[in-house]
Amino acid sequence: MADTTKLIKRIEQLAEGKSNLRFMEVCGTHTVSIFRSGIRQILPPNIELVSGPGCPVCVTDDDYIDKAIAYSKKENFIVATFGDMLKVPGSRSSLAAASAEGGNVRIVYSPMDCLKLAEENPDKKVIFLAIGFETTAPTAAATVLAAKSRGIKNLFMLSSQKLVPPALRMLLSDKQVKVDGFLLPGHVAVVIGSDSFQFLTDEFKIPSAVAGFEAEEILIALISLLEQIDGGKIHVANDYRSVVKAEGNLSAQKILSQVYEVADTSWRGIGEIPSSGLRMRDDFAAFDIERVYPVEIETNTKKSACRCGEVLRGIIYPTACPLFGKACTPLHAIGACMVSVEGVCAAWFKYGGKTFKF
Amino acid sequence: MSEKILMAHGAGGKLSGQLVREIILPAFGNEILNELHDGAKIGRLAMTTDSYVVRPIFFSGGNIGKLAVCGTVNDLAVTGAVPKFLSVGVIIEEGFEIEDLKKIAKTMAEAANEAGIKIVTGDTKVVGKGQADGIFINTAGVGELIDGVNISAANVRVGMKILVSGFIGDHATAILGGRHGLDLPDTIKSDCAPLNKLVSEMLSIEPKIAMLRDATRGGIAAVLNEIAEAAQVGILLDEEKIPVREEVRGVCDILGFDVLELANEGKIIAVVPAESSDKILAAMRQNVYGINAVEIGEVVKNSSGKVGLRTAVGGIRIVDMPIGELVPRIC
Repeated sequence: MADTTKLIKRIEQLAEGKSNLRFMEVCGTHTVSIFRSGIRQILPPNIELVSGPGCPVCVTDDDYIDKAIAYSKKENFIVATFGDMLKVPGSRSSLAAASAEGGNVRIVYSPMDCLKLAEENPDKKVIFLAIGFETTAPTAAATVLAAKSRGIKNLFMLSSQKLVPPALRMLLSDKQVKVDGFLLPGHVAVVIGSDSFQFLTDEFKIPSAVAGFEAEEILIALISLLEQIDGGKIHVANDYRSVVKAEGNLSAQKILSQVYEVADTSWRGIGEIPSSGLRMRDDFAAFDIERVYPVEIETNTKKSACRCGEVLRGIIYPTACPLFGKACTPLHAIGACMVSVEGVCAAWFKYGGKTFKF
Repeated sequence: MSEKILMAHGAGGKLSGQLVREIILPAFGNEILNELHDGAKIGRLAMTTDSYVVRPIFFSGGNIGKLAVCGTVNDLAVTGAVPKFLSVGVIIEEGFEIEDLKKIAKTMAEAANEAGIKIVTGDTKVVGKGQADGIFINTAGVGELIDGVNISAANVRVGMKILVSGFIGDHATAILGGRHGLDLPDTIKSDCAPLNKLVSEMLSIEPKIAMLRDATRGGIAAVLNEIAEAAQVGILLDEEKIPVREEVRGVCDILGFDVLELANEGKIIAVVPAESSDKILAAMRQNVYGINAVEIGEVVKNSSGKVGLRTAVGGIRIVDMPIGELVPRIC
């Protein structure tokens, strides 16, 4: 604990006498780590940490879930997904409920598991729910390449992968969003490289630091941000140097661009962001379930008091949403932010909404 | 849409609790059942039952049969009883390998032998292919309550210490490893073991141990929340003292699990008087299943019904009751 005491002292020194500062993390793993390690409680009161749209499940649109549910109920289709997608509400139902009603839904821990699933079920069409950011997209791409080279013809992607830098650009152009610095996602930076975030400092003059995921690493990145504010040069600090390179992981990028191309996409609660998504290239259309077996869905747009959109942009804390902790809890989630373990609302509900005094 | 049973209803978390409150207790509630301990106390006897559906059936460190014996033995032990007799009911899917059944029976006999209990009655049913998944086992156990011992949340007092009998999260990690072909080091095995001797040694050193729980589904997070709620006290844990293997921590990081919520099959949580904590620990460390026993926290006055964790960086956060299905069919 000696090291962290020093780090916290340094943060206190740098923060002293400054006006309120708002730093945003844009990675669900950071959100959870900040809550789990109790960092908020030991920071000086003028430093505020807010969460951005960094939880892949939370930014996945309603109609994507509706499509996944529709496929799971079709005869001879298996929908394979990471576990945290199960309870995400679509416009009417969730995959967990679909599964209880006889839908064919399987939990996998890697898209690669789907290769085996497809081989073991040659008479079924296996669909992987490919959501996530630059971190998971290369594995989905590698899975498609592996399926192609192994001649597997019954594995498909329902693809809704998203890119982080365009979302940050959108946030900075949004007048409601107030951010004094970004804790940049370490895992995304491993793939795309810290240079990909250069526009934050060049165009927007926003202090930025790529952070690791241990409590100490987050504290170190916070010090980087404070030093930049304290008269240092505004730049993209790489505080996850052990694994993040300026240029990123070139072979992952190559695999990614072999299979995917950049496209516009819609973010739940935020709306369409230009060039912020990935679409399978025409060469791989045979693995894109929406092009091979399109499914008709009727999205049920309902009005809700859910303020996920503002939560995801760090405009409000979850506690400001009228549904938080009342109508919307992890057991009965209304917004996706309450579903995923990495969701901002779920993290607030689980770790943040209550205090432990003794 | 009518409500349906979800996997999470069987996961030992909030939804399981809801089933118990809304269906089980209204239907069967009585003064013995209402205690909701791992085992029922009936006069000088303790009784418990559990069903086992683990997948895979064979895993690193054990198999479904070992689990079925140890789980029920441990539930009796933490009720403050000496386990004596066991019944075994098996439901087998048509086509199951006889050789596998032999292996399972052999391990069950070994575990029963180690625990010093007799398997005295049983039942076998076979169902058609696809109507079960290999083999499911139910065991019920009867034990004799130890004189002078009263394991009950009502005895938990402020200032008491929280002990754990060793590394947490091993069982769930081994099961996940087996299920997903994760290439885990040999050190990651299920901790599945009969703990009745460890428990009786602890109780002979200090009969006034207030609470004992077997930290299975929902891990120590679920068990401690249940204790805090039942006893209406706060429990504060010290993160740095909780024993977790590096490899288990690694798997948790990759899969996004909180190790406090991972199931164990050979770990006891004990709430003990502060003055006897050291001598209980010394006794635990003499037993092969308690070598790594440590004190991980204490019972505090405020924050009644909640569990807090002092983190490595010095913050304190809430340890909530796990909600749903972390790892389905873990036991």
